Amino acid sequence: MRFSEILRSKPEASAFLMLAVMTLLFTFLSPAFLTYNNFQIVLQPIPEIALVAIGVTILMISGEFDLSVGSVFALSPMIMVLALGAGMPLVLAMLLGLCAAIAVALINAAITLRLGLPSFIATLGTLFMARSIAIVAAGGFPPAFPRDLDLWWIVGKVDLLRVSVFWLLAIGILLGIVLRKFDFGSWIFATGGNRQAARDMGINTARVKTICFILCSSLAGFAGMIQTFRIKAMVPTMGTGFELTAIAAAVIGGAALTGGIGSVTGAVIGALLIAFIENIIILMRIDANWFRFAVGAMIVIAVAINKLTRDWAGISKQVEDDND
Amino acid sequence: MTDIHLSVKGLDKWYGSVHALRNLDLDIPRGQVVGLIGDNGAGKSTFIQILSGVHRQTNGEVFFEGTPVDIRSPRDAMNLGIETIYQYTAMVPEMSIARNVFIGREKRKFGPRGFGVLDEKAMASQALRAIEDVGLHLRSAETPVKDLSGGQRQGVAIARAMHFRASMLILDEPTNHLAVKEIGKVLDYVRQLRDQGITVIFISHNLHHVHEVTDRVVAFSRGSKVADVKAKDTDVKQMIDLIT
Ligand SMILES: Nc1ncnc2c1ncn2[C@@H]1O[C@H](COP(=O)(O)OP(=O)(O)OP(=O)(O)O)[C@@H](O)[C@H]1O
Ligand SMILES: [Mg+2]
Repeated sequence: MRFSEILRSKPEASAFLMLAVMTLLFTFLSPAFLTYNNFQIVLQPIPEIALVAIGVTILMISGEFDLSVGSVFALSPMIMVLALGAGMPLVLAMLLGLCAAIAVALINAAITLRLGLPSFIATLGTLFMARSIAIVAAGGFPPAFPRDLDLWWIVGKVDLLRVSVFWLLAIGILLGIVLRKFDFGSWIFATGGNRQAARDMGINTARVKTICFILCSSLAGFAGMIQTFRIKAMVPTMGTGFELTAIAAAVIGGAALTGGIGSVTGAVIGALLIAFIENIIILMRIDANWFRFAVGAMIVIAVAINKLTRDWAGISKQVEDDND
Repeated sequence: MTDIHLSVKGLDKWYGSVHALRNLDLDIPRGQVVGLIGDNGAGKSTFIQILSGVHRQTNGEVFFEGTPVDIRSPRDAMNLGIETIYQYTAMVPEMSIARNVFIGREKRKFGPRGFGVLDEKAMASQALRAIEDVGLHLRSAETPVKDLSGGQRQGVAIARAMHFRASMLILDEPTNHLAVKEIGKVLDYVRQLRDQGITVIFISHNLHHVHEVTDRVVAFSRGSKVADVKAKDTDVKQMIDLIT
């Protein structure tokens, strides 16, 4: 395959390019960047951001949007911690937390698909509602995080990584395969790429979107639990603004707001890039307020590169056809 | 005795307070190419959307090969062998030709529908054969559909219908937004279909095209059938009078 075709057929290609450039640049800027100790720090929160970004990406491929992930990121672990406090076993409490995430997803799906409101508006509503419930459920002060839970299988340390990285890998690979190799994955792309066509060809697009809403919310809830386990505290306001980070990671990773384009690898690279930027700002002792600026700039650059490479590849393809 | 492929009796369709189709009776013999003409909003699309499972009639019955059928969804229509080429191109531009040919009806290596592993090799080779069968020559079935011209896309849509053994093909303004050269190709496809004995319902605002490729012309006006003539017994001038 020619380079231009790779750029066009792989939405994450430009993100990959940026990752390479940033890694080189940051290594040059700070000798501490590409070191074992630093990566131990950088990789800590990656599974959490990346899992949410994967969910948001898949939902975006199906043509919908979820702003409520940041709130679900707090609501799910909150329900879980309360259930733990009431003496429920860990796995059951986690399942209960995931049920809360699924409930939010079903509300999002119902408002979007039955009432026909844009998912942007629907999930803006549930962003506030889910956050409110998480805070009210806490009853004014954060609930105590239960001691002596066996959490090794989720956040235990393995050399420079945490077990959560393996959860990310497992979930990411699984969803990546479903997206590319399964018929359901094809339906997700078709639903977001041209809903009318998908429907006319017999795909139940409302069901496809509902499943993507559920997947997105569940991943956000699970990611929130991982963070709670990692910092061993339940903060009701955790994940505030996380929806924007996740959407940024998805977009930097090549997902299109219009639907039908995106990849799991892209989402993970997007999450990595954002974490790298945060890290280099700390390493170089730059005012932390520049973080948002850098992320914003990267979104613009990523989308611009995507558009330019597609236009350029489109032109070179046309030239080639004319030469036939 | 003629072999009636499809017939409708007393078909009515209301969209809220809009009476889009009024008490339509129509018999379509097997292998006939029927042209459907009528002004904007005459009810042509409404009629074929009932046959293709996009909408359901308010009243009346549809008979397929003599038996009453209830077409509740596009899948029901496809299962009967009714395939539709839409006014817009029912393709996903970002997806490959192979994926587009098999949207919703993917070839699976294993696993149930909805959770099956795609058989990409089989889809690619069968898609390529299907488009060659309609006389369209494309290098690879992996090309994204957005790289095809409008006429080529309609060709792929027709190839898709033929691959799934359509016995009846509905074309709703398939030449819209196409360049002249491309329109010629699509009309050629319709002639090919007739030669293969496929029943065709062809909708177009271009009466020359309708007259050129059809055996019979049915005219709609404000939801009612106002004329039903053999194509060779009429001409474009008369057809204009029928619909205005
Ligand atoms: N989904 C719908 N909801 C409500 N009204 C509709 C719908 N589809 C069509 N109509 C109305 O039904 C009538 C018939 O429309 P239809 O699309 O069947 O006409 P048509 O003959 O295909 O016209 P055109 O040549 O413009 O495609 C019109 O008045 C139209 O506004
Ligand atoms: Mg129409």
